[in-house]
Amino acid sequence: MTTNIEKTSSFEESGVTGLVADWSSDKQAFDMPWGKLMMWIFLLSDTFIFSLFLTSYMKVRMSVTDQWPPVSEIFALTIYGVHVPLLLIAIMTFILITSSGSMALAVNYGYRGDKKTTAILMFITAVLGASFVGLQAFEWSKLIFDEGIRPWGNPMGAAQFGSVFFMVTGFHGFHVTCGVIYLLVVAWKVARGDYEKKGYAIVEICGLYWHFVDLVWVFIFAFFYLW
Amino acid sequence: MQHVAIADQVDELHDPTSFITKYIWSQDHKVIAIQYGSTAIFVGLIALALSGLMRLQLGFPDTFDFIDPSSYLQFVTMHGMIMVVYLLTALLLGGFGNYMIPLMCGARDMVFPYLNMLSFWFYFVSVLILLASFFVPGGPTGAGWTLYPPQAILNGTPGYDWGIILMLVSLAVFVIAFTMGGLNYVTTVLQARTSGMTLMRMPLTVWAIFVATILGLLAFPALLVSAIMMLLDKLIGTSFFMPALVSLGENLDYTGGSPVLFQHLFWFFGHPEVYIVALPAFGMVSDVISVHARKNIFGYRMMVWAIVAIGALSFVVWAHHMYVSVMHPAFGFFFATTTLIIAVPTAIKVYNWVLTLWKGNIHLTVPMLFAIGFIFTFTHGGLTGLFLGNVTIDLPLSDTYFVVAHFHMVMGVSPVMVLFAAIYHWYPLMTGRMLDEGLGKLHFWVTFLGTYAIYLPMHYLGFLGVPRRYFAMGTTDFIPASAQDLNASITIAALIVGAAQMIFIYNVIVSLRHGKKAGKNPWRATSLEWQTPDVPPHHGNWGPELPKVYRWAYDYSVPGAKDDFIPQTQPVLEGEQSEEAEAMRK
Repeated sequence: MTTNIEKTSSFEESGVTGLVADWSSDKQAFDMPWGKLMMWIFLLSDTFIFSLFLTSYMKVRMSVTDQWPPVSEIFALTIYGVHVPLLLIAIMTFILITSSGSMALAVNYGYRGDKKTTAILMFITAVLGASFVGLQAFEWSKLIFDEGIRPWGNPMGAAQFGSVFFMVTGFHGFHVTCGVIYLLVVAWKVARGDYEKKGYAIVEICGLYWHFVDLVWVFIFAFFYLW
Repeated sequence: MQHVAIADQVDELHDPTSFITKYIWSQDHKVIAIQYGSTAIFVGLIALALSGLMRLQLGFPDTFDFIDPSSYLQFVTMHGMIMVVYLLTALLLGGFGNYMIPLMCGARDMVFPYLNMLSFWFYFVSVLILLASFFVPGGPTGAGWTLYPPQAILNGTPGYDWGIILMLVSLAVFVIAFTMGGLNYVTTVLQARTSGMTLMRMPLTVWAIFVATILGLLAFPALLVSAIMMLLDKLIGTSFFMPALVSLGENLDYTGGSPVLFQHLFWFFGHPEVYIVALPAFGMVSDVISVHARKNIFGYRMMVWAIVAIGALSFVVWAHHMYVSVMHPAFGFFFATTTLIIAVPTAIKVYNWVLTLWKGNIHLTVPMLFAIGFIFTFTHGGLTGLFLGNVTIDLPLSDTYFVVAHFHMVMGVSPVMVLFAAIYHWYPLMTGRMLDEGLGKLHFWVTFLGTYAIYLPMHYLGFLGVPRRYFAMGTTDFIPASAQDLNASITIAALIVGAAQMIFIYNVIVSLRHGKKAGKNPWRATSLEWQTPDVPPHHGNWGPELPKVYRWAYDYSVPGAKDDFIPQTQPVLEGEQSEEAEAMRK
């Protein structure tokens, strides 16, 4: 430790030694662009927001005095006379998971420098995301207009059902909407060739956010629709 | 990787020429820091004035007609909220974090200057929203800075209609502002240090601000979440925090909510917030003490790990604010234990400050006086924390003036002491001029002695059982009439200390033009921020080339060296006994 440390980075080693070398190196602790690290830290912070929302939901659900509404009944669709529980949510989840796939492909093509395919795949991801938001709007309107569920009350039971449902899915839908806009902007800039020189790390950063939004959905799905 | 941005740029940056890009929409971290700092000090002065009004009422009840019970509660609330969030958090992280991180790490700027600018302007908007609540019907909220539901949003609490809404919106905007700034600080520390500046060579200021920012990024979400939920309760009638209740003879529509949930969310933010404020103060005071005692900081490695440990522990102690909200004894035991465990790393820090002073070549400059003052106030405030951390002692003392005295000593006065130390210490770097020494000493002694004149008697009032947040004590049997005399003397001391802060403001303003020229490195410090080619540093900080770092930031009074300090940029000499290596072996 006494002598002049001239090494600039130490990303060659792997395993624990590599970890130690990374953290004790000067200049930078992680071998990644600043934007990517920032996105990771932001997502960590955002994880806390969603965790606190979900924890609050669990606490609320456990402590309400009224009966919790029959969830699988509410989230059922009747198609051609057949009553299918959770159909809409299954479709929405499928769409969102699929969009994660197209996003991953976009990242791959981005690093290959194939800007046309990257932009198309990002655009597809954005379209899938937008259709998710659309279906969510459909779901909300069905709950509000057909089932009479409001944030402050509903005919089936505890008022908090509507409160947490609209708050948490609304907050998540807001994230998806932001993600769609973000994807479209980046896709457009990719297509224009803005990243030829800077490199396509931005596609991966965008992808991190998108995968995070998907992952959060999996938890919301499990806690709201399956519990 | 090809991600060249400002902080990494090798070329010198040029100062923006137009007034607007230079001072208003500035992306220079130093200008943003000053914007943050001056806005924070401005709202801080408002909060100071509010505390003066509160003290007038407490010291001389029935004398001032313009203070009624409602406005008294509003003063209490706004004083607390402004001081904790809009002054201390903003000044320590937005102000000093912004100024010090790039300079001490050897970067040209924050990694995302544009985001950094947005961060300030969001903060500015949150301040405007907060101040707007003074001018809406009903005035600002009077729910206490903890904003506990259900009363915060119910008729009967001052500002229950407009004030509380503006307060919650303002907090939400503040959280967004903090997040944008915080992402910058953390990423800059991790990724944009200069050559040779390893993590374990960073000055403790940077370490502390770094850890405090991480705490903020993980704790402010709880504030955001609780603010959103309470806004929904207030605006569209959900019942997250609102049980079924009768208010002023009227059955409300709320049903089945949990007020205690809010308390958990709030304190999951609120306790780390204490350390978001305290840790940067710990860091800066370590550097000030080391510079002015001309001695390396005692136990650098321990100091770093103590900061990290305090940060981690601060997330598992929050319910010690809620002992009187009724909890299972097992949880009370758990939270009391974790709370007392925090005393261990904190005590390590206090010992290390004292041991740094031990046999040091102490220069009693103004920053050093404030730093030593901090050790006193912090130790006293910390010791009463040990009382309050225990469930059985906390229960009778809860919501009395003992608590008020405790938290003012430990997280009010102490960080403010360090802020003064830091401003007196780094003012020459920011402006190129020194603050007046005589006025500074006067300011210190009045503030330091005044602090004790205010808060020591409050402990005693607390033991008597005088409750906090009461407009007037009335005729309560168990409180002797002499308590009122004590209250009057506290008020006089508080007004004197408040007035003494004007000396400081005067000093800061007048010294801008008429202060003694500081020149380079007036304190003969080793750390990187004093080694810039220009004082105050220009946009881009380092001239044509980034500095190279060869040693830690604490090479003071090295035996055999020419001066009693060796800057971090000076290569290690042949055969030099390195104090850094010595410290790392321990």
